[in-house]
Amino acid sequence: MKHFPAYYTVWHITGHYGLRVVAFLVLMFLMLPIVVIMPLSFNAEPFFTFTEGMLTFDPDAYSLRWYQEIVDDQKWRIAIRNSFVVGIAAALIATTLGTLAAVGLSSPWMPYKRLITALLLSPMIVPLIIIAAGMFFFYTRFNLVGTFTGLIIAHAALGVPFVIITVTATLSGFDRSLFVAGLSLGASPLKVFWDVVIPLIRPGVISGGLFAFVTSFDEVVLVLFLAGPEQRTIPRQMFSGLREQINPTILAVATLLVVLSAAMLFTLEVLRRRSARLGGAG
Amino acid sequence: MTDNTLDPEDARNAAREVRKRRLQAFIFVVPLLVFILFAFVAPITTMLYRSIHNPTVANLVPETLTALEDWSGEGIPDDATVIQFVADMKRMANDRTSGQLADEINRALPGMSSVIKSTARSLRRVDDAEIAANGVMLLLEANDRWADTATWQALRDAGPIYSSSYYLTAVDLERAPDGSIGARDVQIYKQLYTKTLKMALIITVLTMLLGYPLAFFMSQASDSLANFLMVFVLLPFWTSLLVRTTAWIALLQAGGVVNSTLIWLGLTDEPLELLYNEFSTILAMTHILLPFMVLPLYAVMRGIDSSFMRAAISMGSTPLGAWYKIYLPMSLPGLSAGALLVFIISIGYYITPALVGGTDGQMISNIIAFHMQVSNNWELAAALGSLLLVLILVLYWLFDRFVGTDNLKLG
Amino acid sequence: MKKHLTLLATAALTASPLMAQDLTVTSFGGAYGAAQMEHMIQPYMDASGVNVLFEDYGGGIAEMKAQVEAGNILWDVVDIEVIDLERACAEGYLEVIDQSMLPAGDDGVAAADDFIPDALANECGVGNIVWSVVFAVNTDNGPGPQNIADFFDVDAFPGNRGLRKRPQVNMEWALIADGVEPEDVYGVLSTEEGQARAFAKLDTIKEDIVWYDSWSQAPVLLNDGGATMVQSANGRIFAAIQDDGAPFEIVWDSHVYDLDVWAIMKGTENVDLAMEFIQSATMTVPLSGMQDVAYGPTRRSAQALLSDDVKANLPTAHLDEGLKADGIFWADYGESLGEKFNEWLLQ
Repeated sequence: MKHFPAYYTVWHITGHYGLRVVAFLVLMFLMLPIVVIMPLSFNAEPFFTFTEGMLTFDPDAYSLRWYQEIVDDQKWRIAIRNSFVVGIAAALIATTLGTLAAVGLSSPWMPYKRLITALLLSPMIVPLIIIAAGMFFFYTRFNLVGTFTGLIIAHAALGVPFVIITVTATLSGFDRSLFVAGLSLGASPLKVFWDVVIPLIRPGVISGGLFAFVTSFDEVVLVLFLAGPEQRTIPRQMFSGLREQINPTILAVATLLVVLSAAMLFTLEVLRRRSARLGGAG
Repeated sequence: MTDNTLDPEDARNAAREVRKRRLQAFIFVVPLLVFILFAFVAPITTMLYRSIHNPTVANLVPETLTALEDWSGEGIPDDATVIQFVADMKRMANDRTSGQLADEINRALPGMSSVIKSTARSLRRVDDAEIAANGVMLLLEANDRWADTATWQALRDAGPIYSSSYYLTAVDLERAPDGSIGARDVQIYKQLYTKTLKMALIITVLTMLLGYPLAFFMSQASDSLANFLMVFVLLPFWTSLLVRTTAWIALLQAGGVVNSTLIWLGLTDEPLELLYNEFSTILAMTHILLPFMVLPLYAVMRGIDSSFMRAAISMGSTPLGAWYKIYLPMSLPGLSAGALLVFIISIGYYITPALVGGTDGQMISNIIAFHMQVSNNWELAAALGSLLLVLILVLYWLFDRFVGTDNLKLG
Repeated sequence: MKKHLTLLATAALTASPLMAQDLTVTSFGGAYGAAQMEHMIQPYMDASGVNVLFEDYGGGIAEMKAQVEAGNILWDVVDIEVIDLERACAEGYLEVIDQSMLPAGDDGVAAADDFIPDALANECGVGNIVWSVVFAVNTDNGPGPQNIADFFDVDAFPGNRGLRKRPQVNMEWALIADGVEPEDVYGVLSTEEGQARAFAKLDTIKEDIVWYDSWSQAPVLLNDGGATMVQSANGRIFAAIQDDGAPFEIVWDSHVYDLDVWAIMKGTENVDLAMEFIQSATMTVPLSGMQDVAYGPTRRSAQALLSDDVKANLPTAHLDEGLKADGIFWADYGESLGEKFNEWLLQ
């Protein structure tokens, strides 16, 4: 039994345990839906619920058939490839441009800093449906709708704010005198940027890039409006699967995606710790 | 510092140096700025423009519109105008563009679509001489609504390339032929905006009620426990939105986990209708947006020295009283950041309502998507989107003012 | 790490080159899509070496219209219901097809005589199947409704009704249930009063309707208990009974029968390839393969290839109980009734 201070009444103690119970329930609320779909994805039957066999741990009630279906279905294979291609390309563009911009934005000399920052962060705030509608109207004029180029540009724009936020945060712990020192030794700003700044802010850049990748990897609204049949991505395939025909293949895909997010989370945590060790904020 | 102590030469040099450094900083931002202007700002601007600009009718029947300029607006126009219109209709029937005119006029005057389409079909193979001679009669025979003044007024009023009519529709108003503005018969959008705001508010309050105790508990816990619990907040946060929505469908559908459990427990005989309504939308969105509340709250609470509260309690204050007087004001920045963030995101939400909302869980984004994809009324979609954008920008401005975009932290 | 990412991206791009899909064919998915894949798409891919990307859509003309109006043609060939065909063709979303290029039937009869007249009635399409919109019940729920009036009778037959979210067929059914003779339905529906009457009838079950977007959802709803009776394309229910042993029963009363045709998107760059596909897919044998999902063939020469137990389940065996979908009516009224329907939904 925990020892409470003498002035605690029974109400204080109830509150103490009550808080634990509430926190536990909220954590369950957060995690349970994600955990529940995992065993369901091994269901031998085409249902979205636990069969009697599953509850009695009958091995025949479990199967890998829905995972096999992902492998067998050409649409899922194309979708998986597209998601990675678009995600990586969009993340590269967003990271390159975003990192450069973050360096400029963290300079004390940056003009119109507040306005430009707000502008560059706005893709994060404007609802996706508005972005999608606008891009559909505008990209059409350049024949970018239904192309990989169009989708990659669109996703790169969405990823930019995340790169700016993470890299700016890393730069705030960065000693600017190193930059000035480099310049005063006669190096060009770009050379200083490449040889001095980049190695120091690398953890921030990588986590920004990861954020940009995940943003693209999860995104479905822009895909719905801008992609043609050849650019279908995993979320797009899931969206039509959920709308049209609910089948446990989606649960298998979902399970794989949860595993992937866990891996990303782990990578980010490692990066954050390394960055913290290097003295930058993460 | 006074001017006369500064050498003009030094001042010029200093000014040049400042300009140089400003330029240096700016140059780093230029590539991204150009990219964002093309990839993001121009599209949004195009959408705003589209909400007032619609040249369809002006392009389809330019001569008829010119002729209609001289019409008094009473009765039906003179024979020359009507014959011009009949000739246009024949041309459109053969170009297969009459449907575009039908769509546009139907938006102003419901029911006109079928009148225009059937008339166009009947005129498709009539020869030009016949039209020149008997055009008026042909038109009136095709459909008696061509004898209505309102039909011609609708055609004339659809002519201008720039029009505010989509904004009027977006707030359930319409312009009468005499130019006065009144309520539309069918009221849809104002109610939908109100409902969207209401749902966003409910979701915000729910995330506060769930997120606050959790963040508080985590901030009081030891570092290792807090880090461990953080995984349970971050994993859902990092998990695809589609995965989380899928999970709720699996849980809530008629043959899903929740209903099976309830039936097995004997709490109900029939599966309850938990999915495809407002309830499931709010539940799933609360789940999806909860981390956006917990993360800023936790960041702020972690920095609060809780000895103040312990002191107050030891001096006889109730825990609730101490929390209300001391802790709440100190945690308010985190709470307002989380609340504004959740509120802003939920107002513009599309995917979750689209998948689990059924008919009564639809939000304003869904109706914008509907007009983009199903009814193809792109101008109305743009007008509704522009109104939503203004709402979001006001909230974003508030957020920047009271919380500061600098304070946005991720994971 | 950055270098690794670049390498990874290059690898992803080169290892699996973004192969251009040669032909995009769009249809309705589900059991019907599976039958088309087996009897039409796969044989064509094998024979021609063309790679077909087979897409699903929910029907209607909105997506075609968006593609044509914005000038982004994403599809090449589309399977379209005749109820929507007249409108899509008249509004310029489809290419005109030279029907003289269709091959003769396997018995040597020229295409113009082999196809049933309705199959070639519109210059933008080539008939694919004869099918029908029926409603079906789950027999696990005890004795179900027998006719369309029962479908609208929530007191006698409580439970959710699954309906496809569009005015087509729903408006027709509402009027028939309200006592309009099937042959008068489209006449009544042309009037303001008739439309109001249909909406009023739909109002009586509005609370009990579960709306769905795609035909594939109908058997799913009936199976998982989301609805006790659903509107469905007859083949979907047939396939669920036949393949999965689902306890479903088709009610043929007041079914609305129709054709599906293959059509070519206006402005596609692959017109010739699209025509080649249609020629292949509408030959006698591929058409007869649609009996897998109880859809009738549009060529007389394919009738001979039908198995006897399927024949009784084809819409053509129930024509006297049904109503023929009127594509011309929906070409004229689709837009205005669509708007009214959507406003009605949101009220």
